Amino acid sequence: MSAIRIFVPIDAAAQSVGANEVAAAIAMEASKRGIDIELVRNGSRGMLWLEPLVEVETDAGRLAYGPVSAEDVPSLFDASFHSGGEHRLGHGLTESIPYFAKQERLSFARCGVIDPLNLADYEAHGGLAGLRRALTMVPRDVVAEISESGLRGRGGAGFPTGIKWKTALEQPAGQRYVCANADEGDSGTFADRMLMEGDPFALIEGMAIAGHAIGADIGYIYIRSEYPHAIATMRHATEIWHAAGLSDFRVEIRVGGGAYICGEESSMLESIEGKRGQVRAKPPIPAISGLFGKPTAVNNVLTLAAVCDILAKGAAYYRDFGMGRSRGTQAFQLAGDVARGGLVEKAFGVTLRELVEDFGGGTRSGKPLRAVQAGGPLGAYIPATALDVEMDYEALAATGAMLGHGGIVLFNDSVDMAKQARFAFEFCAIESCGKCTPCRIGAVRGKEVMDKVIAGEDRTSNLALVEDLCEIMTDGSLCAMGGLTPMPVLSALRHFPEDFGRE
Amino acid sequence: MSDIAALPDLLERCREICAQHGNRPDALIEILHAVQAERGYLADDALKGIAQALNISRAEIYGVVTFYHDFRREPPPRHVVKLCRAEACQAVGSDELARHAEARLADSASIGVEAVYCLGNCALGPAALVDGKLKARLTAASLDVIFADLERQA
Repeated sequence: MSAIRIFVPIDAAAQSVGANEVAAAIAMEASKRGIDIELVRNGSRGMLWLEPLVEVETDAGRLAYGPVSAEDVPSLFDASFHSGGEHRLGHGLTESIPYFAKQERLSFARCGVIDPLNLADYEAHGGLAGLRRALTMVPRDVVAEISESGLRGRGGAGFPTGIKWKTALEQPAGQRYVCANADEGDSGTFADRMLMEGDPFALIEGMAIAGHAIGADIGYIYIRSEYPHAIATMRHATEIWHAAGLSDFRVEIRVGGGAYICGEESSMLESIEGKRGQVRAKPPIPAISGLFGKPTAVNNVLTLAAVCDILAKGAAYYRDFGMGRSRGTQAFQLAGDVARGGLVEKAFGVTLRELVEDFGGGTRSGKPLRAVQAGGPLGAYIPATALDVEMDYEALAATGAMLGHGGIVLFNDSVDMAKQARFAFEFCAIESCGKCTPCRIGAVRGKEVMDKVIAGEDRTSNLALVEDLCEIMTDGSLCAMGGLTPMPVLSALRHFPEDFGRE
Repeated sequence: MSDIAALPDLLERCREICAQHGNRPDALIEILHAVQAERGYLADDALKGIAQALNISRAEIYGVVTFYHDFRREPPPRHVVKLCRAEACQAVGSDELARHAEARLADSASIGVEAVYCLGNCALGPAALVDGKLKARLTAASLDVIFADLERQA
């Protein structure tokens, strides 16, 4: 009889709730009982409230048990979980758990399924098919395929990827670069991290396709230093990729320095060049003059992962998911005070209510939901009474909100929205690169004025000042950091005036 | 604690690390991370050694070092707890947790609590990196256990 395959995630979130201890306990218990197992450290399936989620491979499929603690392990063996035995922590087939079954996993199809650093496993689950097909096509056709798919940048701005690549491809001959933006700094987001830890080759493959499409043979992955696990996995994956000699494309990894602003593309390029992460004035756009002044495709991790699927299955397959001008799928991330936090990959068009209530199950604390912040620290606060909006770039923009990188943070009724508005300014003051005045000075002044509002000092005129300041920051900032800080501030003020002493 | 960052071989070691990175000025942030990982912080001599090896000015390096939150110009505390203070963790009480930590560690010389804005563990907050190890669903009680463990190691 061959060894029973047991999966315990190595994902950082799973480790934070004891996955390594569970893996060690399973290995020890199995050897004690003389049971032949093969322990696989996979990525996370994204059902984070069930982590550590242990899976056992059976003829019927993989069975899920979770959340498992090291102390539960002997009782799992007592219940013969290794041959599919019933246990109070059992959830049946992993892929039949409603949270998972209701998703459309395209970019995350392999995440949590395979051994992240096993290239053969990657290939057996559809990996490399996109790159192989791309390499049989001329660059112009690869770009056309991406344009046809309707793919838009998943970092937050939603710019059409095909247009970006086409611009880079059309530049005069010479050195070009591909830069993967893995500086996932938005609170409430962890999809890039999960993908890098659970399916790192997908990112490299996407970069190699981008490299072929625009004529670049070097790529950089810029990963934030707050993600030590992802950095280690990507370094290892890069070595394996290079050693396998799959294409001429070379990848280098650069680690950030703990600066949120380096998620802004031009600031990231400065940082990769070894400089202070100050944003560049645009134009020129990076596709024309990017890294070291050369044409550069700067794409988010999830954009590049989607590219693999589009090339493997064709533009039409991807485009058929979604609504309006938002095509394909989006990795939504449920965070904050949420009962069932995790990653939900769904076609655009799912409503915020479905995500928050059906998937998320409301608040973890059991307190009433009061607000949701969508799209990270620069995104709007949406009241619990307005969850019927469809998750689509344009539909959200029409309500004064944004999708950003897909983070959705739940707040219960103990939240003080004036404090959240103050924090938006404070965060901007801490993280501003300092290059433009509206952001550098505006954030500091905004925080000071909000302090006065919170203290009850001359609220009417101070709130008028906040609104004035927001107008200047929106119109006059060089990048989205200063330009969008007003979004959480003004949305909080509009939807929750009572917290600001307004009726 | 002996001041390892000021050991006489610091200049030489910085030159070695720079050489490992091909003496490329664009690798500056990688080099600074590598030196800090070994020495705990970036002493004046580290900046000097790197400047010589990369043939860029010390002022330029100083500008980079002071721009990024990660880099230290002073020796770090024995243990570092990076507590997430961003919105998703705020939603589950990280502000109260930070106040608790501050009060608890008022006279601690060995543990430093620092703010960090997002560790990517937003579904399982409040989160922290404790000497590089990611923790989840922290409470005042679980944080006290962590502090007590660190104090025993100190």
